[in-house]
Amino acid sequence: MAATYPCSQGRPVLVGLINTIESNAAMLSEIDGATGDGDHGINMSKGARRTREVLGNQEVTVGQGLEMIGNVLLTEIGGAMGPLYGSFFNEMGGACQGVEFIDKATFGKMLGAAVEIMQDLGGAKVGDKTMMDALLPAYDAYKMALAGDPDLTTALQSMIMAAEEGKESTRNLVAKLGRASRLGERSRGTLDAGATSCSLILRSLADTLGGGS
Amino acid sequence: MQRIINDPALVVEDMIEGFVKTYPHLVEKTGNPRVIKAVGIPRQGKVGVVTGGGSGHKPAFIGYVGRNLCDAVAIGEVFASPSAQIFFDAFKAADSGAGVACLYGNYAGDNMNVKLARRMAEKAGIRVETVIANDDVASAPLSEREKRRGVAGEVLMWKVAGAKAATGAPLEEVIRVAQKAIDHTRSIGVGLTSCTIPAAGKPNFYIEPGKMEVGIGHHGEPGISVMDLKPADEIARLCLERILPDLPFNSGDELVALVSGLGATPVMELYITYSKIHDLLGEAGLKVAHAYVGNYFTSLEMMGITVTLMKVDDELKELIMAEAESMGLTQSKLA
Repeated sequence: MAATYPCSQGRPVLVGLINTIESNAAMLSEIDGATGDGDHGINMSKGARRTREVLGNQEVTVGQGLEMIGNVLLTEIGGAMGPLYGSFFNEMGGACQGVEFIDKATFGKMLGAAVEIMQDLGGAKVGDKTMMDALLPAYDAYKMALAGDPDLTTALQSMIMAAEEGKESTRNLVAKLGRASRLGERSRGTLDAGATSCSLILRSLADTLGGGS
Repeated sequence: MQRIINDPALVVEDMIEGFVKTYPHLVEKTGNPRVIKAVGIPRQGKVGVVTGGGSGHKPAFIGYVGRNLCDAVAIGEVFASPSAQIFFDAFKAADSGAGVACLYGNYAGDNMNVKLARRMAEKAGIRVETVIANDDVASAPLSEREKRRGVAGEVLMWKVAGAKAATGAPLEEVIRVAQKAIDHTRSIGVGLTSCTIPAAGKPNFYIEPGKMEVGIGHHGEPGISVMDLKPADEIARLCLERILPDLPFNSGDELVALVSGLGATPVMELYITYSKIHDLLGEAGLKVAHAYVGNYFTSLEMMGITVTLMKVDDELKELIMAEAESMGLTQSKLA
């Protein structure tokens, strides 16, 4: 159980994200292929691979690391996922600049900033069968957990449980936005690739920052 | 997948190389390999006209970079928006200090990346204004026009804005005529077969043999209805039935028509369809000031057609008739 995470230790956070994305790339593309064009895993892993190259052997702070992957996604990965996840990581990184330790309140600010930019850019709501179906409940659960005065690890656990539930909820949804909306009713029955990657990313962050698994 | 390519992951890079080698008198590379600009751009005092989007729509978007058309283009992966950085670098390549008109189609990825690129431009002191094409009548009802996709009508928007910018008009004027052009333009597509993104290796969607999808989008977005394949004359009629009441185009109006193939349609079939469109327009009392028929905006190897009409007044007509030179559209000054 951890109360804080030292901001100087950005490298494990970033490596954790890169490993998570790369090891799930094929699964993400397969999910995406059921309703979309099947390139979600390809694009995300391209971003992860490039970030690993840019990172090299450097030590980075958490803020620098998150902005590093954010900028790679923003500048090199286009489509809709590049700007969404790029901004997500950039805003998260920006929200912990100048902080020495990430405590539960700081992570709340980081997550809040990421949610805000995603809403500004994408405009999807819960139920549209997008990444927001994982992200918004995760943020709500995190905020609710904070009210109960938990430690950082416990609050992060609440977040990833809600993200996982939100991801699973997309299985029974009909896509309203994005390319899967073409399929209408036929998009029901498969997970949303964006919600799946979002849940994986939040879990990776929680695992490193919360000192879990 | 039967395709003449090398590495499926590098089709865009390989295409750009060949394009630049083919048209060295029109276009040149920039510091960003995904940004191509017209020769002689930026030109002092001239507003930069920029467009961009996913690849696979040839001639769009790169094919409209040239003289009196677009000045720079942001090039994305196949059917995927260019990144914000690519759009921003295209703005920089086109800006002479007079500002940039970014004219693109209404898609989620493009909207997000342009929005972020504009923020970058603002910090760099480059003025960027946008017009978002939404000419596809099948993609949302008229009451929700802001949700409609941009399709082949974008070509007419670039033609008009490019001609205006070439006169040395200020940014506000270039934006005004581009918005006016798209506001007076309506399109619809009909798809007969799917298309395959090389890196994906399998068809992007599916249309049953013997069927056609009316209102299909440029990436296979859903149409209004799937029905048995009809003769060209019937397809022409179906398209006009959707387009004409939407603006509406009224008897006595003058217009510009654009009929484009979607990639695999033999060009002769475009003329077969246009012939009926021309006659039906005449019967409705509409006068065709000029017609463009050919592959102007495609979707890889999709079989199908898009029909676009733009109602013109004296101003739009004069800008359409102005001379222009690019891979996708070259014309001398028309009477």
